[in-house]
Amino acid sequence: MGMFAVNAFLIFLLVIIAVVALNVHRLFALVMLSGAFSLTAAAQFVVLDAVDVAFTEAAVGAGISTVLALATLSLVPREEKPHAIAPLPALIAVATGALLMVSIGDLPQFGAADAPVHIHVAPDYISGSEKLIGVPNVVTSVLASYRGYDTLGETVVIFTAAIAVLLILAGWTRAPHLRDGETENTHIAQNAQDREDGQKDAG
Amino acid sequence: MQDDPVIRVVAKVLIPTIMLFALYVQFHGDYGPGGGFQAGVIFAAALVLHAVVFGLHRARQVWPMRYNLMGVSAGVLLYGGTGVWSMLAGANYLDYFALKADPKAAQHLGILLVEFGVGLTVASVMVALFFAFAGRLTHIRLVAKTAAHETAEAGKAAADNGAPARDGDAG
Repeated sequence: MGMFAVNAFLIFLLVIIAVVALNVHRLFALVMLSGAFSLTAAAQFVVLDAVDVAFTEAAVGAGISTVLALATLSLVPREEKPHAIAPLPALIAVATGALLMVSIGDLPQFGAADAPVHIHVAPDYISGSEKLIGVPNVVTSVLASYRGYDTLGETVVIFTAAIAVLLILAGWTRAPHLRDGETENTHIAQNAQDREDGQKDAG
Repeated sequence: MQDDPVIRVVAKVLIPTIMLFALYVQFHGDYGPGGGFQAGVIFAAALVLHAVVFGLHRARQVWPMRYNLMGVSAGVLLYGGTGVWSMLAGANYLDYFALKADPKAAQHLGILLVEFGVGLTVASVMVALFFAFAGRLTHIRLVAKTAAHETAEAGKAAADNGAPARDGDAG
């Protein structure tokens, strides 16, 4: 009963935050709400005994994502542009949601030991983590050893994304389009000349 | 914010504590919750706090972008290099058992190395992204200031020539 109350409260909070976020047009409030959503989701993961996921959600979702979103906010307008609800995407979203709700009935009971996901490779991982690898935290042994390739892929994804964002933001742009007889220095010299002329006029 | 003594003092206590906690999360991930991803983000949070409290310029001096960019690639290289090492030892790519004679010690070493690679890349990437976004803002402010200054200069010049000044108060 107590567990049910905690779960019900957290899910209720998640739904409330999601509904409020849909109706808010101030981007600052939206960023704060998404951070609150992540933190509530992290609490939900703790209740589900997935502490590693909760840790990641709290650190990445509620922490650094919010900071990066705030940094982005300083470069964009304060308010979201008002727009009407587009019918086709709304229909697709509602239909997908309805299908997912229907399919919940086919899922195995929560925490059932004979669920397909628990009888495939999970027993090997759980017994092997201590005996074979000697790492008590099964999540770490799966992440870094059993699924080392996947984690390498994730790291490369982060690396690639960062390179792309830095190329856009750090101002490494193409050289100006040069006409005949011009070098790159022509533009720099021209700018300096313009500034000097401006100063001369002012004086 | 840079002039508030309370924030400065609290930040000075918090920043090393956050960094130490990040290292704990990094190297204790085998035994408790945590690992490279979380540790990297927490370490980056310490530097973001430094940049917010003491200014971006100071943070860039403490944590130079040049070495930070090296960290971004060094983490991936460390991860991939661990795999190459196991290949050189005669096993499959990322098969840690080949790294040492004792299988559990070999697994521990392999996991430690790849987790450190992940942590290094994640921390450097987060710091680089924050510096890039915040630096962009400084850049935009600088350009706007220069433009306003030039407009004011032009207005003053026009006024000196006897013409009515437009936008003269923009500076």
